[in-house]
Amino acid sequence: MDKAHQSRFFAALRRVIPSRLILVAEHERAVYECDGLAVYRQPPLAVVLPETVAQVQDVVRLARDYEMPVVPRGAGTGLSGGALPCAEGILLVLAKLNRVLGVDPINRTATVEPGVRNLQVSEAAAPYGLFYAPDPSSQIACTIGGNIAENAGGVHCLKYGLTVHNVQSLVWINADGERLCSGGSGLDGPGLDIASLLIGSEGLLGVVVEATVRLLPRPAETAVILAGFAELAPAAEAVAAIIATGVIPAGLEMMDNLAIRAAEDYCAPGYPVDAAAILLIELDGDAGEIEAQTECVARVLRRLDVTTFVVARDEARRRCLWAGRKAAFAAVGRLAPDYYCMDGTIPRARLAYVLAEIQNLSRHYRLPVANVFHAGDGNLHPLILFDGNQPDELRRALDFGGRILELCVAVGGSITGEHGVGVEKLDQMCTQFAPKVLTQFHGIKAAFDPGRMLNPGKAVPSLARCAEFGMMHVHSGQLPFPDIERF
Amino acid sequence: MPDHDLSEALRLRVAEAAATETALRIVGSGSKQFYGNHCAGEPLAMHAHAGIVDYEPGELVITARSGTKVLDIEKQLAAHRQMLAWDPPRFGPQATIGGAIATGLSGPRRAYTGAARDYVLGVTVVTGRGEIQAFGGRVIKNVAGFDVSRLMTGALGTLGVILDVSLKVLPLPECEMTLVFPCDVSTAIGQMNQLARHPGLSGTSHYDGQMYIRFSGSTHSVQAASAAAGGVVVSDADVPWERLREQTHPFFADDGRVLWRLSLAPATPPLPLPGDWLIEWGGAQRWLKSNTEATAVRAAAERHGGHATAFRYQPDAVGAFHPLSPPAARLHRRLKECFDPVAILNRGRLYAL
Ligand SMILES: Cc1cc2nc3c(=O)[nH]c(=O)nc-3n(C[C@H](O)[C@H](O)[C@H](O)COP(=O)(O)OP(=O)(O)OC[C@H]3O[C@@H](n4cnc5c(N)ncnc54)[C@H](O)[C@@H]3O)c2cc1C
Repeated sequence: MDKAHQSRFFAALRRVIPSRLILVAEHERAVYECDGLAVYRQPPLAVVLPETVAQVQDVVRLARDYEMPVVPRGAGTGLSGGALPCAEGILLVLAKLNRVLGVDPINRTATVEPGVRNLQVSEAAAPYGLFYAPDPSSQIACTIGGNIAENAGGVHCLKYGLTVHNVQSLVWINADGERLCSGGSGLDGPGLDIASLLIGSEGLLGVVVEATVRLLPRPAETAVILAGFAELAPAAEAVAAIIATGVIPAGLEMMDNLAIRAAEDYCAPGYPVDAAAILLIELDGDAGEIEAQTECVARVLRRLDVTTFVVARDEARRRCLWAGRKAAFAAVGRLAPDYYCMDGTIPRARLAYVLAEIQNLSRHYRLPVANVFHAGDGNLHPLILFDGNQPDELRRALDFGGRILELCVAVGGSITGEHGVGVEKLDQMCTQFAPKVLTQFHGIKAAFDPGRMLNPGKAVPSLARCAEFGMMHVHSGQLPFPDIERF
Repeated sequence: MPDHDLSEALRLRVAEAAATETALRIVGSGSKQFYGNHCAGEPLAMHAHAGIVDYEPGELVITARSGTKVLDIEKQLAAHRQMLAWDPPRFGPQATIGGAIATGLSGPRRAYTGAARDYVLGVTVVTGRGEIQAFGGRVIKNVAGFDVSRLMTGALGTLGVILDVSLKVLPLPECEMTLVFPCDVSTAIGQMNQLARHPGLSGTSHYDGQMYIRFSGSTHSVQAASAAAGGVVVSDADVPWERLREQTHPFFADDGRVLWRLSLAPATPPLPLPGDWLIEWGGAQRWLKSNTEATAVRAAAERHGGHATAFRYQPDAVGAFHPLSPPAARLHRRLKECFDPVAILNRGRLYAL
């Protein structure tokens, strides 16, 4: 892009938004060069931090007129490079639109701006005995806008659903800078379900400027069961077996031995360090319900030779058990200079098989892996440990991660459960989707954004890229590790 | 249940129709033919494309061909003590699952357990180009690609002919209890929204001075909740939920007036429109029998951030669905073009675009 065009754009930009909200200095732009997946870095041409919806509209309109790519960004905690800037575009940071516009306790909704942090919503709802169910581990930092763009999940999604199940309506700005409302004050809106397309669309279809989310009543009581196992397989089996009994736990999480020990060293939650795996099973409801469910879960666990069985009912003990899980990423992070967090989903019944295969891959790539994940949802989070300063380790980690995702697809799952495709999983999209489906996705993108200026190059790979990626797989002589069988 | 896979034959029919620009009207059993705007075209019969492709109770997922009867699916699920948790209205014993998803309608449980679209994990469709495309999958979490499965739910077949759907299912509640309270509509709306704080609430309605509520869950919690709520326990023979879901309740009978469906924030006070009202979903779904001007009904819904659908018995001149804003209409048109470029699928049934 020529400099004259750029300077005309910036002159126009300064007319619609104050200069203090435009960052162009190198050191200021550098702060925004990556999201939570720091292996991809790229400072933008400029960072824009609008304070009003009208400013968002103006910026998008100008960007359209000047054919300037726009990458929306919330808090930048994304783990797939979704908010990675474009070198020749602007980064539209929505963090300053951070007001809770209202809590409606009777209709049980909250209306918030996109830069409101996830935890803030539940905090605003708490005085009314309500909460916002999707609770990503990053909830103190990540924004509702980012949650919507990624369809974020959390430990309570098994029972209470993902972001998409808890958003009632959205106000958003399209690629022409127009303001649209999708959904309604009731439980549905007229026409096609546009909000469902926007949720999880990684900023490719529009910029969300307001969301009305559903609030749920706080359960009367909660219990957390800690179950330890001497082997990985029965722990994995227990996950599907518990759900098959008809109990839907509020949360059902699994950690393997490496993760258990890391968490225990980090914050001593009281996990059995010699267990091959633990499950954390949260049950909620009234006291009678919890008792019945606990008994049901206990029967399954006994049949599968559980070695540790602890039921925590009081708040302090429950918090302590969850603390280990919530801090697990940070705890595992201390085991190696770098880690790479994956996010595939699989049918629950394939857990044992997939975990065993991941161990095989770990041996092959000579990189340790820790597993801490939403087992009830079949949502894996293998954390691959590596040292980016060692020659070849980053490449091995990326290859290892790619193989895990292909494994997920092979057993009927998906390459991402909640972190999104971003730039990270573009190649694996070629594995999961046929070219004609990818073409359809490009068609949807074009229907929303004919000029392809919103977060271009993310989430959906070009067919040319897939062709190249396909070549790599076909010419197995050139494969990095031809001795491993392909899934 | 035998599996009859007619995917390829159906695809060919659509491809031919696309080549000759012949409009198609997709028909499951015809049970919901009344719903939406009138659309012309050669019928594309789906009922023979039927069968349960895959059902793993432990995964809480079932995959079926679109012509499979909802009743057959529910029978299969019930044998494993599971259910379709959005209470899909059948409006007839032959109703197909494809029609249930294409209309996206939900029954009494919807306000408490989610809508049809919340349970759709994946769909396979024939697009208006005559291509078979699969979206989503059989896992409960999946954010790869745009969520076309949900988009297809409620699209009334205008974006694709649904071939197969994968649905999340839920365990049947151990126990249910229905209570009735005599009260006026304002009191009912207030009460229903208070009671919604109880996680076991699974149904609410108000009609003709009677409020019905239902609790679901463990025997213990249902009994406790019912005792706390008061009211009179309704015998199994008299519970209204099936009659509401199927609209066999006398309120829904044709009496020369239009049946409107208003979607509003649940606690919205009663609207000053003439006619008879039946309230569901804690106030979020309101049925109005009235011959008042369509514009007046729609304006009243809009004032409260909602929308109004002319659900049954409306004259052809009244569009079934709430008008869209110009940018939303433009987006609808572009989405239609990208799935069905020559507009052969259920042309005009959702909107005349
Ligand atoms: C330690 C850690 C733990 C995590 N745990 C979880 C977890 O448990 N569950 C989970 O789901 N995720 C988790 N994540 C990932 C991340 O927090 C989520 O993806 C989150 O939703 C991102 O929000 P954000 O505000 O940081 O968005 P960003 O990273 O800033 O952006 C993410 C995407 O959203 C787009 N975007 C942002 N705002 C808007 C907007 N207003 N309109 C349109 N597009 C927009 C961006 O373009 C980008 O594509 C975790 C991350 C970390 C670092």
